[in-house]
Amino acid sequence: MTMVHSLTINQLIEKLRGGQLTSRQIMEACLNRIDSVDDKLNAFISYDVEDALAQADFADKARSEGQEGALLGVPVAIKDVIAVKNHPLNCASKILGNYESPYDATVIKKLREAGAIIFGRVNMDEFAMGSSTENSAFGPSRNPWDIDYTPGGSSGGSAVAVSADECIASLGSDTGGSIRQPAALCGCVGLKPTYGRVSRYGLVAFASSLDQIGSFTKDVKDAAIMLQVIAGADEKDSTSVPEPVPDYTVALSGELKGMRIGLPREYQVDGLDTEVKAATESAVAKLEELGAEVKEISLPHTEYAIATYYIIATAEASANLARFEGVRYGARIDGEDPEEMNCRTRGAGFGDEVKRRIILGTYVLSSGYYDAYYLRAQKVRTLIRQDFLQAFEHVDLIATPTTPTPAFKIGEKAKDPLEMYLSDIFTISCNLAGLCGVSLPCGFSEKGLPIGLQLLGRPFGESDLLRAANIYQEATDWHTKRPDLD
Amino acid sequence: MEIDISRLVKLARIELKPEEELRLAPQLGEVLGYVDKLKELNVDDVEPTAHASPLSNVLRKDELADSLCRDDVLRNAPESSNGLFVVPKIVE
Amino acid sequence: MEYELVIGLETHVQLNTCTKMWCGCANEYGSDSNTNVCPVCLGLPGVLPVLNEAALRKTALTGFLLNCSVPGYAKWDRKNYFYPDNPKNYQLTQLDFPSTVDGYVNFESLGGIVKVRINRAHLEEDVGKSFHFADYSGIDFNRAGVPLLEIVTEPDINSAEMAYDYLNALKNILEYGAVSDCDMEKGQVRCDVNISVRPKSQSKLGEKVEIKNMNSFSGIRRAITYEFKRQVEVLEKGGTLVQETRRWDDDAGVTDSMRTKEDAHDYRYFPDPDLMPYRPSDEWLSAIREGVVELPLDRKMRMMSQHKIPQESADVFVREPLLGDYFEQAVKGVKNSRSVANWVINNLQAKLVESGTTIDGLTFSPAAIGELVELVESGKISGKIAQEVFNEMFKSGVSPLGIIESKGLSQVSDTVQLKAFCEEVIVANPASVDDFRDGKEAALNFLKGQVMKISRGKANPKMVDDLLREMLVD
Repeated sequence: MTMVHSLTINQLIEKLRGGQLTSRQIMEACLNRIDSVDDKLNAFISYDVEDALAQADFADKARSEGQEGALLGVPVAIKDVIAVKNHPLNCASKILGNYESPYDATVIKKLREAGAIIFGRVNMDEFAMGSSTENSAFGPSRNPWDIDYTPGGSSGGSAVAVSADECIASLGSDTGGSIRQPAALCGCVGLKPTYGRVSRYGLVAFASSLDQIGSFTKDVKDAAIMLQVIAGADEKDSTSVPEPVPDYTVALSGELKGMRIGLPREYQVDGLDTEVKAATESAVAKLEELGAEVKEISLPHTEYAIATYYIIATAEASANLARFEGVRYGARIDGEDPEEMNCRTRGAGFGDEVKRRIILGTYVLSSGYYDAYYLRAQKVRTLIRQDFLQAFEHVDLIATPTTPTPAFKIGEKAKDPLEMYLSDIFTISCNLAGLCGVSLPCGFSEKGLPIGLQLLGRPFGESDLLRAANIYQEATDWHTKRPDLD
Repeated sequence: MEIDISRLVKLARIELKPEEELRLAPQLGEVLGYVDKLKELNVDDVEPTAHASPLSNVLRKDELADSLCRDDVLRNAPESSNGLFVVPKIVE
Repeated sequence: MEYELVIGLETHVQLNTCTKMWCGCANEYGSDSNTNVCPVCLGLPGVLPVLNEAALRKTALTGFLLNCSVPGYAKWDRKNYFYPDNPKNYQLTQLDFPSTVDGYVNFESLGGIVKVRINRAHLEEDVGKSFHFADYSGIDFNRAGVPLLEIVTEPDINSAEMAYDYLNALKNILEYGAVSDCDMEKGQVRCDVNISVRPKSQSKLGEKVEIKNMNSFSGIRRAITYEFKRQVEVLEKGGTLVQETRRWDDDAGVTDSMRTKEDAHDYRYFPDPDLMPYRPSDEWLSAIREGVVELPLDRKMRMMSQHKIPQESADVFVREPLLGDYFEQAVKGVKNSRSVANWVINNLQAKLVESGTTIDGLTFSPAAIGELVELVESGKISGKIAQEVFNEMFKSGVSPLGIIESKGLSQVSDTVQLKAFCEEVIVANPASVDDFRDGKEAALNFLKGQVMKISRGKANPKMVDDLLREMLVD
């Protein structure tokens, strides 16, 4: 029998409508699940039981009064980098202390309008910097398929919470793969919308020109439901694009016939795990069998993507994180003068990875180095973007593995930042080029760890992306597998 | 690659313990060595990309909106007094 | 050796928009501390800026008033530096693609008209305000995010006096364009000075010294004068100058070194990823062009030639544009424009100051002043009565003719009635009559005064003079 907390949004809403379930029952089921598994997994930094149940009761009352909502009564967990009014906001860092946001992010407003229960703060790499959720001041999250392994990151908690059925869906953020990579490593669906598709207002910025909020869900249908709710231009975000929001759930149905899928030649990299290679190749074969036309494409500047990314992202981060200095909020360590106070507060408040990136970003912008690093990276970004735009003249989607390997062990790469960076090879270009992308389960390694297939689409091409992913999912059952946590 | 980490942490206002400096400096050097890869490319005639979308002229009207009440403004302050955020004395 | 001064000014001016630059908080001086703030201008985690259209419009208008061009592309950059009053610890500004460039200001200085070129006027955001107490400092962020225009001159200024005149002319222009209230006491205008000194024969510029912390135009004039003297003394003694930033101490009247080039800031500018560039459309620009007003200097020249008023009067009207507007309305159809100018400057302005009212609060129209002048011109009332009429007008708002009629203040020019007044005075003052007849001219003035007195000021003084002479001779 399927447990209540394992249901998808789609299934839940049906049961809520039919009166077979109440939101309170769902919320209680999730809370019980957290009670039984989260000691092991550490997906949640914090959650407020009373507040969650009050929201559930409110949703039940609204429904009994005849109200509807795409997410009415559905618990959605929030990555600890998105502001929720009167909830703690820590970015998994020590530096924010007891900070509580006095305002709601735009996505939170939208979720509330759709009736969602805004529930809990889920774990992440500090300030979204990392690929393993080990860089958290609240301890690492663990992969529900094997707790010796990382769940990936930076939105590790968001992925774990969904994959381990601790919540129905969650929000994360993706700057270089932070949604798609943990979704792949935990075996759920992670959608990174096109830059500008979803408002960033209320998302604590890591790298403003790359960050985008997206969802973790149990299947592709749910990803469409979530995107429908959170997409759209926002007058509070100058970079959100006033592009009409299509009906994504309608776009799911259709066929793959005539859809052209490209396989980038340059993604056959050394270090690509044989099991990952095999799983993604058979996924592509499946897509072909379902009617897609598969062809090889070229993205010639692929090998420069990681270097480009780490210059641009760290430069932007060095400025974005300057506001955490102990003057207006957060934990402060006092000093003789403001400068000393700032230095001590930041020295004690930030973890290693954040410090590394701020220092690197400071370096690439500093006098005498700007042209050689930052400006050059911005130019290479242009080349990478052009690669994709040219490729999309010949294909509708691009298929790749989401990650070069399945999940790695906790501690395995922690001492070698560069090695960790290099594992982002398949996800990073999407952010540099401003595309949309999704990762969906496409198999398991021999050790039983999930493998993800990444599909990339044109800017604002989420409908094609979701349709292909959904058709694949309807023909396979990888997404229905659940980790055994008992 | 060697970098002057003491100058950078001063600019970035991050106090590093000596052992942290010893740990971070070679890691940073390694990353910088890696990103030097970009120097292989000729980008003379390439326009830089600062934004992932091509928008321009995004404006708002000059219309008043609610400010926060002062309690909310100061609620998260490490220290405040008489409606001001308190910091160690600024000396120049 | 003779030395020459080379000065460039960077003037920061707060734009008088209704709301701040990136958020809808009030752009307002004098509110309780930290009450005009929101998550955006407080730099809370997760917030984003959205550009205020009025700030951009007023920037372009200022550009036009300063004869600048408005390029087809402008963008925003982050200037990174830590300071407790800087909420994001980066300031949004325009580095390499500012909103307006390449202009000039013509103004009067040193007895002629001079020109200073404007390098650029770019838009940036103001920071919060620090208050210093015995053992801590306190920050108010009400000012943080107020739109600030930075107007940068070329190094075309060569004396303290010229700098002072430039600043006054600039302030006047900005007030004319209604882009800023330019109140120095409220910190709405702030200025940094870049100064270098070189021997007159030398073409290469001397080391640039930046002076900060002046809080009045006269303070700037004093600081430049001091700094010129200091630098010349260093050079005369065979010393060398270094590129540095110095702080003006207004009480002591000296500058002190703040920092030298070696420890100068590294601002690490880069394009702001949260704000999109601006490409002004032709329609937008031409709508702004329509708001371009007559510049102060142009106005002065026009007023002098059109109304034939003296330079001193025109200066007052240019300095006080509202008074000038009032004059231009009052003078319509009046022949003696000088007299109208005098009335507006001497009487109206004094009365406004005395009563603490403004021109907007006046209850009579500008035409009433013109009417009053015409009444004096035509001999209907004396200057003295006119004064009384004006006072009444100021109080009640009734027109001059109305006051004259209701109070019977019309000048008496009727010979029969005037003769009767004279008779009465001659009879009552035999001694003075004798004195006059003995050739003492002053006695006549006394008698005239008596006539004016009993006529309560209404007697036509010219006619009284003629009548008395006539009657006393007989």
